[in-house]
Amino acid sequence: MAGGVILIVLYLVAIFAGFVAPYSYDRQDRDRFFHPPTSPRLSGFRLVVPRYEQLPGAFVYRAVADDTKPIHFFVHGGEYKLFGLIPATVHLFGTGDKNYPVYLLGTDQFGRDVLSRLLYGSQISLSIGVVGILLSFTFGMIIGGISGYFSGWTDTVIMRLCELIMSIPALYLIISLRATFPPGMSSPQVYAMIIIILSFIGWASMARVIRGMTLSLREQQFVLAARAMGQTHLKVIVRHILPNTFSYVIVAATLSVPYYILGEVVLSFLGVGIQEPSASWGNMLTAAQNTEYLRNYPWLLSPGAAIFITVLAFNFLGDGLRDAADTKS
Amino acid sequence: MNLLEIKNLKMDFGAGADALRAVDGVSLNIGVGETVCLVGESGCGKTVTALSIARLVPTPPANYVGGEILLNGRDVLKMSNGELRSIRGGVVSYVFQEPGASLNPVFRIGNQIKESLKLHRPDLGAPSTSSVRSDNQNHRVEPARGAPSRRKALDAEVIRLLKLVGIPAPESRIKNYPFEMSGGMQQRVMIAMALASEPKLLVADEPTTALDVTIQAQILELLHELKQRLGMAILLITHNLGIVGDMADRVAVMYAGQIVERAPAKELLRRPLHPYTKALINAVPKLAGGANRLSAIPGNVPRIGNFPPGCRFAPRCPIAKPECSEKIPELVGVEPRRFVRCPFYESK
Repeated sequence: MAGGVILIVLYLVAIFAGFVAPYSYDRQDRDRFFHPPTSPRLSGFRLVVPRYEQLPGAFVYRAVADDTKPIHFFVHGGEYKLFGLIPATVHLFGTGDKNYPVYLLGTDQFGRDVLSRLLYGSQISLSIGVVGILLSFTFGMIIGGISGYFSGWTDTVIMRLCELIMSIPALYLIISLRATFPPGMSSPQVYAMIIIILSFIGWASMARVIRGMTLSLREQQFVLAARAMGQTHLKVIVRHILPNTFSYVIVAATLSVPYYILGEVVLSFLGVGIQEPSASWGNMLTAAQNTEYLRNYPWLLSPGAAIFITVLAFNFLGDGLRDAADTKS
Repeated sequence: MNLLEIKNLKMDFGAGADALRAVDGVSLNIGVGETVCLVGESGCGKTVTALSIARLVPTPPANYVGGEILLNGRDVLKMSNGELRSIRGGVVSYVFQEPGASLNPVFRIGNQIKESLKLHRPDLGAPSTSSVRSDNQNHRVEPARGAPSRRKALDAEVIRLLKLVGIPAPESRIKNYPFEMSGGMQQRVMIAMALASEPKLLVADEPTTALDVTIQAQILELLHELKQRLGMAILLITHNLGIVGDMADRVAVMYAGQIVERAPAKELLRRPLHPYTKALINAVPKLAGGANRLSAIPGNVPRIGNFPPGCRFAPRCPIAKPECSEKIPELVGVEPRRFVRCPFYESK
């Protein structure tokens, strides 16, 4: 259940990203490109950060000894909107002085705080998984339920369609689908598009499993009892058959969320996903395509660590749920 | 007029050359408030006959090739889907053999009963229009006020139904899941669900087979009592002749897709006419009979599609004659209210 705890923390942080992040995702510090992570020190009872000095002619910085500022909590800083609605200026931590920045994960090639971008990016990357799963699983369950319940030619048509979608390599399908959407879309549009593309691919495997379960469930007597009560076919499927598949669906959904997160990462990494200056874990990793960056500024890889932790946490949670749902052992 | 009149019903599984006749010319009627038992061995077509009353046998594979099923004078086989849905539950309700399997395992029993109430009694708990309407023409019933009262009315009705079927402490039981109840309790819940829609005919398909003997007796007692109180008709399907004497007004005995004997219950038990019925009654162990060997019927029920020519019981019949294998005998009235499908029956 450690996975669950980690995920709760991650999602809470994503929801309150504006508050937790010390800076905005698009704030550029033009004096500090490729700033290394600042390491706070304990001085007396306070955490302090040193001032960094750029060496001439290179993006190399050195901490200035004995020139520090304490970190304050709940400081006023740049304005943001909590939940996208409530304007606020209070941040969890900061020094309140722009000459003493707190870049816990350094800055990128445009002088933007990597931690802040990571937090704002988690809003997109983490929510895409959940929304995508909701969409594709709802779709897959209803289609699979109809397919299994009615069987016959309905079943044949739907299952061949599923196989068609599943037989196309996912990445090519994603990219070719992306090509059907016009370039130059706004970030919310791209966000919706990614979800639609990923769900379009994802529903087929779900539909197949649900169809298989429906084939056995529809022979159960409670289905006959519901029919004998005068219930319509659709209501029998939605209200009686599908709820009996939930224990499987919840586990499968948890284990599938990582694929959606990774799908967004892949799209953004290839430059067809979330566009700059908006942050997502995938487009932050685009910087890591450059090997020189990687060698000199390894903190740019931190979104990769975030993805790793999230995917692992979802897998742990899914395994835990599977054990909990499996009454046989 | 009879509540239910099945006339010469013929139903196949499959079509064309592969068709297997599961129900072959069954005629049966049930009057208002009457209890009729349909008796027969496993696989003789009792259940599909019963399911046909609300046309619950999926077509295909099933295929109705002849006859009619008149429910309240209207032919079920000619009804549209909408009409079928309204008679299912509305006129005829079902109680099945396995109470544990008939309840949806993932819903609380209260909600399952409510589902039936919502379908068939939409007026329940709705504010009556006459009392609500005021002088103000724009006045409308606010849903916010209507909704809780409807929920309360539904809850009260569920509790009333559970009380009716003899479930103790129904107020706390409505929150139970099916697996939290015993088989007998589950069957009572099923009966409550069937009664929720206030049907005129309750079809109980071997309602006690999965229960132990003491619970069997309780459930049958309950059905009998409910019938008296609510005045509904019951079609009881069973292969247990012991039930027949206690419950039924009339009995129909089925063998291999055909009815072989129809008679008032008491008379049938006292004086069976068809050799199959006689063999069935002889096979029931008797308390007073001493330690004799139980008499069994030799052979097996012929498989569907593999029926012998002529009388289908002939190969197992103790009084079979050569001509029995030539032509299927007709079901003929031999005495007032008694019908038998055997020309050589002995009335003694």
